[in-house]
Amino acid sequence: MISLEINGKSYKVDVAPDVPLLWVIRERLKLTGTKYGCGIGMCGSCTVHIDGKAQRSCQIAVVDAQGRKITTIEGLPENHPIKKAWIQEQVPQCGYCQTGQIMQAAALLAEDPHPSETKILQAMDGNLCRCGTYSKIKSAIRLASKGGSRP
Amino acid sequence: MKTTITRRHFLKITAGAGLSIAVAATPMGYRLLSAGEMEKEPFSFRPSVWLKILPDNMVIVVVNKSEMGQGVYTSLPMIVADELDADWKNVRMEVAPAADAYKDPEWGTQATGGSSSIRHMHEPLRKAGAAAREMLLIAAAREWNVGVKECAVDFGKVRHLTSNRMLTYGQLTNEASKLEVPQNPALKMEKQLRYIGKEIPRFDMHDKVNGTAQFGIDSFLPGMLYAAIIRPPAYEANLVSFNKEAAEGVAGVRAVVPIHSGMAVCADTIDAAWKGRDALKPDWKNARHPDLSTKSLEKDFISHLEIKGIIARNDGDVTSALKAAATRIESVYQLPFLSHATMEPMNCTAHVRPDGCDIWVPTQNQSGVLKTAMQITGLKPEQINVHTTFLGGGFGRRFEKDFVEEALLLSLSTGKPAKLVWKREEDMQNDLYRPMNVSRIQASLDNDGRVTGWSHKIVCPSIFARVFPQYMKNGIDNAAVEGLENMEYEVPNITVEYVRFDTPVPVGFWRSVGSSHNAFTVESFVDELAHAAGKDPLEFRLGLLKKHPRAQRVLQVAAEKAGWGKPMAKGQARGIAYHMSFGSYVAEVAEVSANRKDGTIKVHKVTCAVDCGSTVNPGIVSAQMMGGLTMGLSSALKEKVELADGGVKSANFGDYELLRMSEAPEVDVHIVKSDEKLGGIGEPGVPPVAPAVANAVFTAVGARIRQLPMKPETVLEALKQT
Repeated sequence: MISLEINGKSYKVDVAPDVPLLWVIRERLKLTGTKYGCGIGMCGSCTVHIDGKAQRSCQIAVVDAQGRKITTIEGLPENHPIKKAWIQEQVPQCGYCQTGQIMQAAALLAEDPHPSETKILQAMDGNLCRCGTYSKIKSAIRLASKGGSRP
Repeated sequence: MKTTITRRHFLKITAGAGLSIAVAATPMGYRLLSAGEMEKEPFSFRPSVWLKILPDNMVIVVVNKSEMGQGVYTSLPMIVADELDADWKNVRMEVAPAADAYKDPEWGTQATGGSSSIRHMHEPLRKAGAAAREMLLIAAAREWNVGVKECAVDFGKVRHLTSNRMLTYGQLTNEASKLEVPQNPALKMEKQLRYIGKEIPRFDMHDKVNGTAQFGIDSFLPGMLYAAIIRPPAYEANLVSFNKEAAEGVAGVRAVVPIHSGMAVCADTIDAAWKGRDALKPDWKNARHPDLSTKSLEKDFISHLEIKGIIARNDGDVTSALKAAATRIESVYQLPFLSHATMEPMNCTAHVRPDGCDIWVPTQNQSGVLKTAMQITGLKPEQINVHTTFLGGGFGRRFEKDFVEEALLLSLSTGKPAKLVWKREEDMQNDLYRPMNVSRIQASLDNDGRVTGWSHKIVCPSIFARVFPQYMKNGIDNAAVEGLENMEYEVPNITVEYVRFDTPVPVGFWRSVGSSHNAFTVESFVDELAHAAGKDPLEFRLGLLKKHPRAQRVLQVAAEKAGWGKPMAKGQARGIAYHMSFGSYVAEVAEVSANRKDGTIKVHKVTCAVDCGSTVNPGIVSAQMMGGLTMGLSSALKEKVELADGGVKSANFGDYELLRMSEAPEVDVHIVKSDEKLGGIGEPGVPPVAPAVANAVFTAVGARIRQLPMKPETVLEALKQT
C-alpha cells in the first residue's frame, strides 16, 4: 500500500511502487484534470504541485511522492487569481493542456508574484499548447500578477 | 456546466413538457416541426436540429458538432438564443448523440471539419430560434386575448406593449407547443441582434479551467480493461515472434489479444497494460518498404516532377506566355509530412454487449464511428450510443476511425468494456499525415514586370482517394490542388498540373488541408516575382488582385496595422502573405529577425487581418486566428516527420518539436467588417503565416526559403545559394 496526500486528503493505493504518479492520480483516483500528454516530461500536461513546486507527474514514481504534499488542479481554489485570469482572458481552446499550464503558472506566481517576461517564458516553456494559446496564457499570467482583475 | 448526456436522458427531455422545435433538411430548404408533429412522422423522417424551451425557462440547444477548441459549443447556441431573444444565462447546450437526426444538413453526415460548423448550421438554427419566438408570441397573444402585433419578445419574456404585462417563455411553453410551427419565420434585423457579433464568454471555460471537462481519456466504465497495442516499427512489417508468457506474467494482465494493427495487451490497470506491452518484446520482419526514408522520399517526389500529370486548371496559353517572357522564373518548393500531434493522444472507450454498444470517444466523425460500430458489432444504429466527449485537439486527425475500430474489437474479443489510450509514440508514428509535396512553378514577366504566365505542377499524395473516393474528379484530388486551382491572382495564362504520388505513408486531413502547403508555395513564389519585377510585395499583390476586393482589403488592413514600409533594424524585416480558404480571406504580416551566422529565425510579431463575412463571436474568431497562425508557425519553423528503415522515426516531442511559448510571437488580429457570406474560422488562420515568415526572411537576409521547416540548417543552405 502506498499512502498519498493529495489536495489535503489522504489516500491509500494498492499499486506497484514504480508506477508513475500520473497514472495513480488520474486513472486510480480519478482526479482526471491532470492529463497524459507525452510520458517523457516534455509537454507539461501532467503538471502537479509537489511540496509547492511544479512537477511532471509522469516522471515521478508513486513511491517517491509518499510523504509529500501533492496538489492537482482539483485542489487549486476556485477563486485562485490564476483561474480567474484564465477565464477572464478566455485562454483555453481545446483545453487539454490548460490544467497543466495553470498549475505551472500558479507555481510561478507563488514563487514570484510579479514575474518578468523572461521569467514567465522560462517557467512556461516546458508546457506545450497545440491550439496556439501562448499569447493568451501570457496575458492571463500578467493579469493574475497584477491582482487578478482588469479595471 | 454539464455538457454530456446519455441518449435516454435526451429522449426524456425532448418528449416531456416544454416547447421543442426540430428542423428537417429538405431539398427545398428546411422544414420546422414541433415534437407532436415529429411523433406523427414516419421513422424515415429526419429532423436535424432540436431546440427545447422548458417550463423552468431553460433553453436547451442540442449541438451536433464536436468541440475541439473552435468554440462551437458556444457559437451555435448563440445563434439560436439570438433569434429566440433568450436570456443567455438560461441557455444550455447538450451534445447530440450520433443519429441520422443530427446529420449536417449540407453534408448528409454527422461530422465536424472543413471550417463549416457555423456556415452549415447557421440558417437552420436561426430558423429554429425564430420559429419558437413566433410561437411564443402567438401563445402570449392568445393568453391575453390581444393581437400578436401588440406583443414583443424581450429577453426571455413576452411583453404586452400597451399594458406591460409579461409572461416568461417557460410560462408559455405549454400553450406554444400546441401551435403549428411557422415555416418561414421572419429573422431579426441586424440591429435587433443581441448576441451575434458580441464577445460572449465561452460555455466551456470553467470546466476547462477547473479540470472537470470530460475528454475521451477521462472515460471510465465499471469492470473495464485497459488496452495497449504493440505496432510494427515499419509499414506492413510482420510480427514473427513475441513473448506472450512474459506479458501474461505481469500482475494485472488479463489477456494478450491479436488485432489487425499488432498485438494487444488487456489489463486491469493502465500501468499493467503498458508493462505487459513492454514485456512482449516483439520481433518484426519483412518491412514491405525497407528502404523508405526521408531521403528516399525526397528523391522520389522530385523525380515525379518529370511525370506527366492531370491538368486541374488551364487558363489561356501558358506555353506561349512562357516562350514570350521577358523574364522567366522557375522555383521548386518542398514541404514535409506533418503530424497532427493533438495534445490528447488517440483514445476510445468502448463497451460492446450482445444487445447494444456504448462508445465514449473524442471524435470529429460521429457518422463514421456509428458506421464502424455497426460493421464490427452487427448491431442496429439504434442499439449503438456514441458519446462525444470534448476533443483534446482534432485538426482533422479525429475524423479517422482507426482508434475506434481497435477499441470496439478489443471490447468484443474480451467481452468487457475496453479503454484504449495510445502512447504518444504510437500517436506520432501511426498518424495519417499532412501530405509531403513538391511543387515546380514557372512564371513569365513582361518588360513592365507584369505576370503573363504561371505554370504550377504539384506532386502530392491523395487524401480523397482513401477518404472520399467518390469526390475524386477526373483523377484530381481537390485537397491536393486547393489554393492552386482557385488561386485568385489575375494572371491571364495559368496551368495547374497534378501528379498523384501515393507513398506507403498514409495521409489525411490536417488543419487547412491543401491550403496548409499550397499557400506557402504560391505566396512565396509571388514574392519572388515581386522582387524580380522590382516592386513592393504588397503593391505587387494588390496589382494582381484588382477584381478581388476582399483579398485587397485584408492585405491593406494587415499591412497598415503592421506598419508596412516603416523602417526596421538591420537583420529584421516584415513579410506579407494572404490566402483565401474555407470562404474566408486572411492576410498576415510577420516581423522577423534572421541571423546570417547561425541561421536562426525569431518571429517577433504577426499581424493578422481576417474577412470571414459576418461574425458570430468575434472573440472566438480572434482566438482561432491566433491559434491557427501559431500552429502554422509551429509547422513552418519546426515540424517534419522523419522516416527511416521503412517507417516513421519521429516519436515524441523530443524529435518532433512543437513551437514553445518563448518562440511564439505577439499576435495582433483585426477583423475586417464585412457583409459577405459567412466564412470558416477554424482553419483559415493557418495558411498565410509560413510564407509571411519566409518572405520576411528573404527581405531581412536575402535567403529564399523553398523548403519547410525553416530550421537553421535550411536557412543557412538558402543563404549559401544567394
